[in-house]
Amino acid sequence: MSEVVIRIENLSKEYRLGTISHGTLYQDLQSGWAKFLGKEDPNAKIGSINRGQLNSTNDRFCALKDISFDVCQGEIVGIIGRNGAGKSTLLKIISRVTAPTKGTIKVKGRIASLLEVGTGFHPELTGRENIFLNGAILGMHKREIEQKFDEIVKFSEIGTFIDTPVKRYSSGMYVRLAFAVAAYLEPEILVVDEVLAVGDAAFQKKCLGKMGTIAKEGRTILFVSHNMGAIQSICQRGIWINDGSIIEDGEISHVVNQYLQEGADKITGKKNWTGLQRPGNNWIKLHSVTLKDSKGNITSQINISEDAVFEIEYEVKEGVRAQFSLVLSDVNGFCIFGSLSNTEENVYHGKTLHAGNYLSKCYLYGNLLNNRRYYVSIIGMTDYWLDGFCADHVLSFDAMDDAKLKRDYPGEYGGVIRPKLVWETERLTQ
Amino acid sequence: MKSIETDSNWTMEISSRSGWFDIDLSELWRYRDLIVLFVRRDFVANYKQSVLGPLWFLLQPLLTTIVFTIIFSYIANISTDGLPPFLFYISGIVTWTYFANCMTQTSNTFINNAAIFGKVYFPRLVLPVSVAITNFLAFAIQFCLFLIFLVYYYLNGSIIKPNIWILLIPFLLIQMAALGLGTGILISSLTTKYRDLAFALGFGVQLWMYATPVVYPLSQIPLKWQWVFALNPMTAIIETFRYAFLGTDAIQPWFLGVSLIMTILILTLGIVLFSRVEKTFMDTI
Repeated sequence: MSEVVIRIENLSKEYRLGTISHGTLYQDLQSGWAKFLGKEDPNAKIGSINRGQLNSTNDRFCALKDISFDVCQGEIVGIIGRNGAGKSTLLKIISRVTAPTKGTIKVKGRIASLLEVGTGFHPELTGRENIFLNGAILGMHKREIEQKFDEIVKFSEIGTFIDTPVKRYSSGMYVRLAFAVAAYLEPEILVVDEVLAVGDAAFQKKCLGKMGTIAKEGRTILFVSHNMGAIQSICQRGIWINDGSIIEDGEISHVVNQYLQEGADKITGKKNWTGLQRPGNNWIKLHSVTLKDSKGNITSQINISEDAVFEIEYEVKEGVRAQFSLVLSDVNGFCIFGSLSNTEENVYHGKTLHAGNYLSKCYLYGNLLNNRRYYVSIIGMTDYWLDGFCADHVLSFDAMDDAKLKRDYPGEYGGVIRPKLVWETERLTQ
Repeated sequence: MKSIETDSNWTMEISSRSGWFDIDLSELWRYRDLIVLFVRRDFVANYKQSVLGPLWFLLQPLLTTIVFTIIFSYIANISTDGLPPFLFYISGIVTWTYFANCMTQTSNTFINNAAIFGKVYFPRLVLPVSVAITNFLAFAIQFCLFLIFLVYYYLNGSIIKPNIWILLIPFLLIQMAALGLGTGILISSLTTKYRDLAFALGFGVQLWMYATPVVYPLSQIPLKWQWVFALNPMTAIIETFRYAFLGTDAIQPWFLGVSLIMTILILTLGIVLFSRVEKTFMDTI
C-alpha cells in the first residue's frame, strides 16, 4: 500500500434536464414577470402547464451518485461500464472540465488528461507549435517541453511532418501526437478516455506498453475503455460503474468477469428489472422486456425472414390505461421506427385496466429488418398520452440474413430495413 | 514503499462551487508560458492571413481619424478645444480602440472556446488575459503612430503642452486594460446564458463611444451634466490621456477617483461572475 494520490469522497454530479432558461434575456424577463403577476408562463412548453409544480427529481439527471474511492500512487485503474454509465463524467470532473455538484476530489500532483483526440490542438498551427501549446495547456514550462521534445517526436512517429499544420494530419497521426505529448510530459497522474481506439494495432500496443512503463515509474493512470483485452492487460484494478454508482471495485479480472456476466443478461434477449430499478411512472412499472423468435425461444438473434415477438411485462395500478411505443434504432442511435400499441383491437383498448400484472406483445413480422444490429427502447404512457416514461436501449439484438430472399443475388442490401415488397412484371406489347 | 496516509499536502482539491471570489492568481502565473503562446498565436494569426499584414494596425486608426476629422471637425464644426483636430481625434481613437478591442474580444471567451474548454482544463482567465496583452501590442504600435504625429505638429508650431501628467499614463493603460477585461469577462459570463447579449454588444460599443469624449471634448458638456460623464470610467481615462500629451484644460482629480472606483467595481463583478460560470458552463452551453 503506497501513498494515496487521488481521494474521491461522496462525489455526485447532477445535470438539469430541459429548459434552464430560455436562452434570451427577453424571454427570461417575460417569464419572470408572468411569475411575479401569478400568470401562466408564456414561454412554458405546452403540456407542462397542468403539471403544476415541477417535480424536482424528474428534471434532474444524476450522472454520478455518491461515489467514493481512493487511488494509490502507481496504480493503473481501469474504469468500465456501459455507455452513459457515468465514466466520462467522472473523468471530466477529475480533469476539472466541469465541477461536481456534491463531494470533493483531492489530488496530489499534476494531472494530464486525454479525453479526446487532439485535445487543445489548434489546426492552423504546426505539430511543433502544437506540442508547445499543448504542453503549456497541461501546465508545463517551455524548458520542460524542450527537454522532452525529441522523445515526443520520435514516439509519435510524425517525423518530417512535424512542421506541417496539424489540420493536414490523418486521424492516426493526430492521436499519436496527442498521446505522445500527454505521456511524455510526465504528469504524475494520467487520465485516458477511450482515445486509443483510433490508432492502428501496432500503435495501440505501443501506447499500452508506454502506459505500463509510466506506471512503473510510480505514476498513476486512470483508463477508460470498452476494450476488455486492453484493460485486462495493463490494469491491476478495475472499477465498474453503472448508472452513476460503483458496482464493483477490485482486482481487474474479477471485475471484468462480473461486468461481462451482467452484459450476458442482455444478450439472452431478456431484460429484467427488480425493485426500484424498474422503469415506469406512478401508474405503470415495467417488469421485463423479452424478444422471442418464431419458435417462442428467448433470443438475441432473429432470422430476418421470420416473425418475432417483443413481450412487455408490466404492472398497472387501478384505473389507468397503459399505452406503449416500441422504438427501434440502429447502432448510431438513429430512430428507424416506432410502433404504438393503440393499433391493438382487443377488449382493453380505450378502457381502463384493473390493477394487476399484464403482458403486451408486439409482433414483428419477417422480411422487414436488414442484416444488422438493432436497439429497442420502450416508451410507456397513461391515458391521453400523458406521463410518458422512456426505457432506453433495453435490448439489443442481431437480425441475421438467411439469404432466402436473396436467391442468387450475392451482395448486401443497403439501408436500415429490408422490407419484402411485391414485384410484378408484365409484357406491354406483343 | 512505505504506507503513507497523510491528509495534508494535497496539491489540489476539486469541489462543488465554493466562495464568491474563487480565482487562483498564483495558478494563472504558473501558466504564464501558455499566455505567451496564446498571445503569439493571436498576434501572428492576425496578420498572417491578410494582404496588408501588420499595416492594418496603422491603417485602422489612421483612416478612422481622417473620417472623424472630416465629419466632426470640418462638417459638424465640433470644438476640439483649440487643438489640431487630427491630433485630437487620433488621441481619442487610439485609446478607445484599445479598450473596445479588449472588451469585444474577451466577451466571447466562453462561446468561442467551448470546444477546448470541454476537453481540457487550464485556468480560463488565461484567455482573456492573453487577449488584453495581444491588444496591448497593437496599442503600442498605434501609440507610436500617435507620437509621430504629436512630434510633427509640435515642430510645426501647434500649441501643444505635454506635461507632468504623462507619468500617469502607465497606470491609465493598466486601468484601461482592467476595465476592458472586466467588462469583457462580465459579458462573456452572461452570454453563456443569454446569447442575444452578443448581438447587442457591437451596438453597445458604438453607443458607449459616443457617450465618451472621443469625438468631442468634455468642456463642451454643461457643468451640471458632467457628473453623469464622470460615472463613465472611460471619460476620465481619455481626458487625462489628452491632457497629459496635448495640454487642454485640466481634468478634475475626482473624475479619476470615480473612474478608478468604477473600474474596480466592474473588474471585481466580472471576476466573480467569471469564476462562477467557468466551473459549470460546460453543462449549460
